[in-house]
Amino acid sequence: MIRYVIRRLLLLVPMLLGLSVIVFAIARLLPGDPAALAAGPNATPEVLASVQREFGLDKPIPLQYWDYLTGLVQGDWGVSIFTRRPVFEDIVTFLPATLELVAAAMLIAIVLGIPLGLAAAVWRNGVLDYVTRTVSLGGIAMPRFFLGLLLQLCFVTWLDILPLSGRFPLIDLPPEEITGFYTIDSLLTGDWYALRVSLAHLALPALAMSLSPLATIIRMMRASTIEVLQQDYVMTERALGLSSRLILFKYVLKNAMTSTLTVIGLYVSWLLGGTVLVETVFDWPGLGLYATQAILSQDFMPVIGVTLVIAIIYLLSMLIVDLLYGVFNPKVRSS
Amino acid sequence: MSLLEITNLNLAMRSYEGETQILHGIDLKIERGEIWGMVGETGSGKSLTGLSISRLIPAATGRYLAGAIRFEGTDVLNATEREMRKLRGRKIGMIFQDPTTNLNPAFRIGTQLVDVALHAAEHDPSVLGLSGNASRRERRRAARQVAIEMLGKVGISDPAERIDAYPHQFSGGMRQRMLIAMAMIGKPDLLIADEPTTALDVSVQAQILRLIHQLVLERDIGVLMITHNLGVVAQLCSHVAVMYRGRILETGPVRTVLKQPSHAYTRALLAAIPTVHTKRGELRGIGDIMAEAG
Repeated sequence: MIRYVIRRLLLLVPMLLGLSVIVFAIARLLPGDPAALAAGPNATPEVLASVQREFGLDKPIPLQYWDYLTGLVQGDWGVSIFTRRPVFEDIVTFLPATLELVAAAMLIAIVLGIPLGLAAAVWRNGVLDYVTRTVSLGGIAMPRFFLGLLLQLCFVTWLDILPLSGRFPLIDLPPEEITGFYTIDSLLTGDWYALRVSLAHLALPALAMSLSPLATIIRMMRASTIEVLQQDYVMTERALGLSSRLILFKYVLKNAMTSTLTVIGLYVSWLLGGTVLVETVFDWPGLGLYATQAILSQDFMPVIGVTLVIAIIYLLSMLIVDLLYGVFNPKVRSS
Repeated sequence: MSLLEITNLNLAMRSYEGETQILHGIDLKIERGEIWGMVGETGSGKSLTGLSISRLIPAATGRYLAGAIRFEGTDVLNATEREMRKLRGRKIGMIFQDPTTNLNPAFRIGTQLVDVALHAAEHDPSVLGLSGNASRRERRRAARQVAIEMLGKVGISDPAERIDAYPHQFSGGMRQRMLIAMAMIGKPDLLIADEPTTALDVSVQAQILRLIHQLVLERDIGVLMITHNLGVVAQLCSHVAVMYRGRILETGPVRTVLKQPSHAYTRALLAAIPTVHTKRGELRGIGDIMAEAG
């Protein structure tokens, strides 16, 4: 088990190396000169050359890559031309906001999706089934940014019970930083006011992001539960008198989780890569906003850095999903 | 009072094409100590009769047009779901055909055995050898102990270790033994075995049959063995019921029915068994014989 995890972690290295080559190459081969952008429209050739020297853009591309790679392992991920701050620091600043958003969205989707899917399967073609099916279809079809706008209209403009945007009121001090997750930090420090405020800010963007994974989880869970309910062993369990509650929540649920788990794993990475729209609508200071800004200003280093971070999280979440498969399906464990 | 008494059972099943009557006036009486073989070709209604005894046919698809099933005096068809659950696992044990699909693959053998034992003990604490006011923890521990004993009884070596293994770690024959253990752990009075040896090879088949026979002798229970294998019936059963198209054509002690079959269909069924002396081209299907018999 531990050896398996170590082997999988070691496999990450060549994958990330390959990815860094591709991202680096694409970033450099794109038209446009970041140095020119950084130096401004009125820069003299001398100023331009000095900016190029400052960021190492005058060297041949393979050498630039090598410099980048050696820096990467030492924690030097390059400097953003736009913010003029080390990329690593920027990522450390922005990543927790995005992770908190994605985690909250997935939490909503899982906590609601699994029981709803299960219920829809048990009372198939009942009222709940039709309602969840309609909502699921809408949830998958509706773009997240549009949903975000609708939520703002409803909860901010009409009901006026939640803040419009941002992560924390500008005039207030956020909770003492421990993990960077405002909700967890305020819990850890026992700051109830901060917890309430950060949850209020988190609610709408998390809801907007949760709808499509929620819809998919419900559908997946419904389909796999229906399939499991028709298995022979469910009949045996019924024939031997086990209660329907025990059969459903213990024996069926665990079997039905396997396929849902795949969807959950895929959605974590899909949400990470797709926070941009929601972060823009809700002005959420996360990785998505940071990456967008970097791309628009042809700021390579942050783009590469963000891509690598998302890739690492993606690969790690896939590893966790693979390990969880073993929990839900003992056959996987032995092979 | 008979252990099981089925009188004039008529069952209709619904499908998209409408309702079709499947069982026509089934009559059957099983006493303790009797091993009944129920034979007939695929689709003759053997399995549905077996499922009806525990009322496991979903109400959405099956409808009883007439008849009654009485198990130790309980009116099965009119009992509540709660009353039925008291019977299932505790009074009536069931074994199904395919040992590879009838054990839950995601749980340890022990988990499934313990749950069945605990369920049976809910209605009769003596199953675990405990008094009525034992704590949850005591009951769990006792149930595990009973499960280990049961596994040993069905011929699993090192039951104390193997109880924590998963179904896929066992062979087909071993898994069928586990299903038998699960069916027998509640100490039922009636065992319904729906083709329990069809998926197994001949030598394992013999072991399983011997095991069932031994359990009958030991506990004096009634058995309904659903099969299409007349060889199995001849070896194991004391009585036999021949089914054809939802009707019981012939019932009686095994010797009588197999030696002097009174019905043409039973003769056809017997004629369809190949023997060592059957020559190529001589083996005839039931369809041919029945066509000749008109």
